[in-house]
Formats: sequence, C-alpha cells, structure tokens
Amino acid sequence: MTLQEMTGSAHNFEECMKCTVCTAYCPVVPVNPRYPGPKQAGPDGERLRLKDPEFFDEALKYCLNCKRCEVVCPSGVNVADIIQEARIRYSKSKPKLRDRILASTDFMGTMVRPFAPVVNGVLSLGITKSVMDGVLAVDKHRTFPKYSFEGFESWFKHNAEASQKQYKEKVAYFHGCYVNYNFPQLGKDFVKVMNAMGIGVELLDKEKCCGVAMISNGMSEAARKNALSNSASISKVAASGMRILATSSTCTFTMRDEYPELLKVDNSAWRNSLLLATRFIYEAVSSGRKKLVFRDSYKARIAYHTPCHLEKLGWGIFSTGLIKMIPGVELIPLDSNCCGIAGTYGFKKENYEASQAIGKALFDDIASAGADFVACDCETCKWQIEMSTGNKVLHPITVLAEALDLDLTAEANK
Amino acid sequence: MKFQVIIIGGGLAGLTAGLSLQKKGVSCAIISSGENALHFSSGSFSGECPEEVVPLFAEAGVVLNGDPSKDSWRLTPSGSMQKVRLAFEDVTLYPSEKVKASKVLIANPEGFIDFPTAFIADGLSQQGIPCKVKSFSLPCLKTLRESPSEMRSVGIAKKLDCRINEVAGAIHKLLDGEDLVILPQVFGLTSPEPVRALRDAVPAEISFIGNMPPSVPGIRVQMQLKKAFERAGGTFLMGDTALSTEISEGTVRFIRTKNLDSHILTADNYLLASGSFFSKGLSSTMEKIYEPLFGLDVDYPAERTQWYSENVFAPQPYMAAGVVTDADLHPMKDGKPVTNLFAAGSILAGEKNAGMALTSTFKVVKKIAL
Ligand SMILES: Cc1cc2nc3c(=O)[nH]c(=O)nc-3n(C[C@H](O)[C@H](O)[C@H](O)COP(=O)(O)OP(=O)(O)OC[C@H]3O[C@@H](n4cnc5c(N)ncnc54)[C@H](O)[C@@H]3O)c2cc1C
Ligand code: SF4
Ligand code: SF4
Repeated sequence: MTLQEMTGSAHNFEECMKCTVCTAYCPVVPVNPRYPGPKQAGPDGERLRLKDPEFFDEALKYCLNCKRCEVVCPSGVNVADIIQEARIRYSKSKPKLRDRILASTDFMGTMVRPFAPVVNGVLSLGITKSVMDGVLAVDKHRTFPKYSFEGFESWFKHNAEASQKQYKEKVAYFHGCYVNYNFPQLGKDFVKVMNAMGIGVELLDKEKCCGVAMISNGMSEAARKNALSNSASISKVAASGMRILATSSTCTFTMRDEYPELLKVDNSAWRNSLLLATRFIYEAVSSGRKKLVFRDSYKARIAYHTPCHLEKLGWGIFSTGLIKMIPGVELIPLDSNCCGIAGTYGFKKENYEASQAIGKALFDDIASAGADFVACDCETCKWQIEMSTGNKVLHPITVLAEALDLDLTAEANK
Repeated sequence: MKFQVIIIGGGLAGLTAGLSLQKKGVSCAIISSGENALHFSSGSFSGECPEEVVPLFAEAGVVLNGDPSKDSWRLTPSGSMQKVRLAFEDVTLYPSEKVKASKVLIANPEGFIDFPTAFIADGLSQQGIPCKVKSFSLPCLKTLRESPSEMRSVGIAKKLDCRINEVAGAIHKLLDGEDLVILPQVFGLTSPEPVRALRDAVPAEISFIGNMPPSVPGIRVQMQLKKAFERAGGTFLMGDTALSTEISEGTVRFIRTKNLDSHILTADNYLLASGSFFSKGLSSTMEKIYEPLFGLDVDYPAERTQWYSENVFAPQPYMAAGVVTDADLHPMKDGKPVTNLFAAGSILAGEKNAGMALTSTFKVVKKIAL
C-alpha cells in the first residue's frame, strides 16, 4: 500500500485544500444565506461530524445535489456525496407529507393517472393551487406536469410490444416515471427511432422509480428499496448481454453513480450496460454500425442545455454530437448553468424564489440565443425552462424522431 | 469520438491552444479535470509573452493591459512592486517600479479579511506616497457576513457586481483628494462591466489588487475563454479526467477518460497541458517525480535532498521539474520523442509562469496548424 492509499478518505474529503472554488460555483449559495455552502457543509463539516454527530446542520437540506461543486473541485473531492451522505446518516428531521408526495413519483402516477383529465383540470385550477400552496406548501406559481391518461407502459403493451419481435437486435428501455405518467410521447419517439435503426425495444420485468426524488427528500430507505428492485431487474437483462437504455439523464446518473455511492447498492454487474439513449445511438452511428437518414426539409436553430447531472456524467457530448449530425441544424451550446428546479426542490414553496433566482442566468442566456427551441435530456429542466421562459423544450430523441426520414432510415439499416 | 486535436488540461495553456486552433478550423476537444491555476491568478502574467495572445483574447472579450514585449510593474498585495508583461484590465500597470499617485485611498469591504491592507499601505509609504486605509459597508454585505464561507472574494463579487452605484457612492464618501483608489479584486465575476462601471463612476484612478483566492478576474477570464472556445465549435469535457492511454511506435493511439469509460477518444495530435504538481500534471512518491498519464521522461534533481532549498523563501528546485521535450515540444518517453504529442504550459520543465505557458502554447499551435 502506498502512502497515498493509506491516507485515503471517504469521498476524498481529506484531499480538500480549502480553496473555496466549490463555493464559488454552488448555485444555492448566492440565493440562500442560510445555506453554508459546499466547502463548509462538505469537507469542513465532515471533520466536525466525525468528532461528534451533533455538529450536523439541518441547513444541509438546501443542497440541490446538483454536483456542480464536484465538477469544478481541483482536488477531486466528492463534495456533494459527502453532504448527501451526512444527510442520510445524521439528519433527524422526518420528511413532511408534502415532501413524501412530491418524492413518490410512481405512487402518485399510479394513483392519479386513471383520473388524468380530472386531475389535470383540478391541478391547474387557481383554487387548487392556492390550497396546495397553503396546505401543502407547493408553490402556486408552479404548473404541475400534466398526467397523461394512458401511461407509456400500457401504450407499449397494446400498441408496440407485438411488433418488437421482428427485430433480432434488442435493447431494454428504462422509461422512468416521467415518460410513463406525464409524457409518453417521448417513449413513443424512442421506440420509433430504435425501430427505424432496426432495433427492437423491451421493457424491464419490473421498473420502479429510480429514487432520485426520494434521496433528495430524505427518504433514503425507500430509495434503497427501489434501487434493489431495479438492480435485480436490470441485472437479469444485462446478464443476457442486452443494453439498458434510458432517456432521462437524471435516472441514468442516479442508477449508475448514486446507487453505489449513496445507497450502497452494488451495481458493478450492470453499471456499464446502462446507457443514456443518446450515447448508445451516437456510438452505433459513429462506428458505422447503424445509419441515420435525415429529411432534407428539416431546419432548426437549437439551443442545447446540459442538465447538471448530465454535466457530472460527462455525456453531454453524445447528445450534442447527435444533434450536430442533422444537416439542417444550427446548434448553440448554452453556458453551463443550473436551471434551478433540481427535481422536486423548486416545487416547494420555501424554495420557489431561490429556484427562479438560480435559473436566471440560464433564462437570460436562452433569451439571447434566439433559438427555435431548447433541447435538453432532463424532464425537470424542461418544466422549469418552459414555465420560466416560454420557450419550447424538446428531448434530443424527439428532435431525432422529427428530423429523421424514418422509412429511409429503416431501409438503410435493413 | 474523433477530433483533430485532443488537449489534456483546461487551464491557461489548454484553453488558449484550443481557442486558437478552433478559430483556425482545427476541431479540438479539451479534457479538464476540475478548475485550474487561473482560479488562483493574481490577475497578471509574468515572463515573456507572445504578441498573438492580445488579439486572440480580445476576440473573446478579455482585455489585456500592458505590452507583451516590454516589462511593466504592478503593485502586489504584499506592498512590493512586481515585474510583469500583461495583466487583466482590473490591474493597473506602471512603466517603472513606482506607483503613480500623490495620495492613495485603500478601501476594503468591511469584514473582508483576505485583503492585506496593512502590507499595501506599508509598501506605499516606503515609496513615499501618503495613504489611508478605510473600510466601507453596504447593507448587502451584512447578510453575507452571517455565513463565514461567504465573506470571500467570489461571494462578495456576487453581491457587489449588481450594486456598482452603491459601491461608488460609498467610495465617494471616503475620498478626500486622493487620486488613486486601491480595491481588492472582488468585482467583475461574470463580465468585466462592473470593473469598467466603477472606474467610470469614481473620480480617481482605481486599481484592483489581488487578494486570497479564488481569483475573481481569473474565474471570469476562464469562463470567457471557455465560452469562446465552445461557441467556436470546440468540445469541452468539463470535470472529466484523462485516465489512460496507449503509446506504440512513438505515437499516442487514444485517450480513455473517467467519465467516458469504454468510449475512447482519438485524434491526429495530442497536447499535454496538464499543469504542474498543483493541477496533478506532475506527481511524486518518496523516490521520484513522474508524469502520471503518459509516463513521460521528467527532469528533476536526482537526489531527493536536492529537491528542496532549506531557505523557504528561495526558489525550490522541485518546482522547476517538468517533462523533457525536443525542440518542437514533443515530449520524450524513454529517451525518444512521441511524435503526435506536444506539451505546453507549466507541465514543461523550467520556470513556471503565464508568459512561459503562453509562449510554449503558441509554438505548439503553429506546429499543429501549419
Ligand atoms: C496557485 C497558482 C497561482 C499562479 N498564479 C500565477 C500568476 O498570477 N501569474 C503568473 O504569471 N503565473 C501564475 N502561476 C503559474 C501558472 O503555472 C501559469 O500562469 C499558468 O496558469 C499555467 O497554466 P497551465 O494551463 O499550464 O496549467 P494549469 O492552469 O495548472 O492547468 C492544468 C489543467 O490540467 C488539468 N489536468 C491535469 N491532469 C489532467 C488529466 N489527467 N486529465 C484532465 N485534465 C487534467 C487540471 O485539472 C487543470 O485544469 C500560478 C500557479 C499556481 C499553481
Ligand atoms: S473546491 Fe475542492 S479543494 Fe477547494 S474547498 Fe471545495 S472541496 Fe475543498
Ligand atoms: S451539489 Fe450543488 S447545491 Fe449542493 S453543494 Fe454542491 S454545488 Fe451546491
């Protein structure tokens, strides 16, 4: 063992040289004076907490877990992991009813979807919003993502599953709660694109919410249960050599990195089989294994926003790389900024103002980009940007589905 | 993924090379693990500087004071005068080793302890220039002081940048015939506008002097250069680390990174701009100093006892360690040059400063974009 290995510490916290670069880039610090900032909450605080857990500060709940501090740290300290793990280990506060509701994305989806039209109507009523604002502390400025009447899973079973048998090559699709309950169209676009590439789509035996919202709402036990269940379903498919693709950058990041780091769920058997759909497609096309044929008439000026978790994952280049393949597209990369929603964070009344203040730099950048629409791999960024700027936000897979000549692509991949 | 050039390191050397090459139509990717020495910059460049840097930076919105071919002097936070070539626009440069002022006001935001006002005042009085030290307070700084980690340069800049009129008003009240105002570098985090606006609003010359890191002008310049690079079509892999590579027959075959795992990156040419010890471009054990990525030949004193000088204020010999190259800046591995790899910046053996980093960078750019 080398000297360096012997002095290693959990999440590298001993490597911190106290430069405060992390605090300089943390989006919460300038908008919330109660938040001590990543250096203080992370490596500095950890030193104290190791002495005595009483030093735990409940203000750590203001951390968005956006991971920006980790991306910029010159010493490779996993600042956000230190903070999140401290919350899991030491926090004594129990999640409120509101937090549990916001975090239970799949439970909520199953419950309300059969009544989707009614629920959407009710959720958009001013009076409901005021009641939620008052009773549940869900900010009234928020437009709730609409619940869709038929979920993606059900649509898939009735309309797509049978025809997938014709493809020799197959991938499994982790659709995530958002595609299932709120926006099945993205899942449909994914199936369309895959099929055009000559690839069939399967769903997992059992898919549960990845758990990201539970982690950030202090429900790590519940998150771990979901993680174990997903890990079992994914292992099965991965063992057969199949890739598991996801369209949500946050689900992908959570399952690849938060499962082992925070929830202590070993995913080494399948971590490398789980990919973001854009990475899979980019690699298939750039290696010459698959072909994409685009429509001549497709023209767009697209601003691309890299979500925080995708920035941390480091895979934004695959999404922008794919969009750049479309001949009629002009791509404007937006500056690296947090949109401020951070999953369920921005829905909470006490965070609304901070959330909008954090997002301002991004909103201004979008306004000056003069694009036809924004592209982004994250569903919650989409809500935030659409609500705050009035710009339309499309997932890169949807952009592909619209730009591709599906018949010619299918022909080229025969 | 394939590029014409892959640059390892997104500091001053890597970003300048990337921006310059990308503008010449050469497709580049920069891999940058964490932030770099610019975040700790004094705001000025020592050492001989190449002329090309001035127009290149100007296009990215970065104005440089000074003359790349002539020495100037700046007042340092320790009160002494330092010979430099260029500086960010925040820093005032003088043609000789003397500050030009008849009476100076040193103004510091109340409660900011990272700015050594007493040293600066001492230095000025040694030059025979009368000065006074005053602090100013604004209501917004009071909330900042509630959180100890926030009373740092960047936290202050985030508050003051949108309140330049208030700051100017506060300084105005302190002015009593001074013709120079010295302030810490706590202005202009995302754009140089606040620096310019404050200069316009105060009826005296203003010089912004370095303080304890992080460096506000350094962060701003890093962001401006990165943005210009990306808008020119460059790919910036932020927070990723080049982990391994393969060199065979004297050429680099590919780079593997932490985030991209099995997805290898390839290029016609590679540039190693990974900095010195501070940025992990160089590493050491008890026995040796080494370059961790490619295992290149490194120049350093053979005996460990010669790595250090006992006088802590003297230059430390280990600081000059770096990779050995041929005349074209191809690094050597096992005594032979690696022909599609270049090295620039403070990874090179010898004196480390911004001028040397930029000079080696432009030399490489010319070789690659022949
Ligand atoms: C704290 C400090 C302050 C300084 N201040 C000044 C000053 O005020 N004026 C002056 O003239 N000079 C100063 N210098 C000297 C400095 O070395 C040069 O000015 C110049 O900034 C060096 O630039 P660089 O790009 O070569 O290296 P760096 O700025 O060190 O950048 C190297 C980059 O490479 C990255 N990197 C390293 N290994 C890998 C890898 N395997 N994969 C991916 N990325 C990697 C690092 O994360 C870092 O971002 C300072 C140096 C230090 C350390
Ligand atoms: S950026 Fe990294 S090294 Fe610097 S204070 Fe934060 S955790 Fe410590
Ligand atoms: S994860 Fe984001 S919000 Fe939390 S400390 Fe780091 S930068 Fe700040």
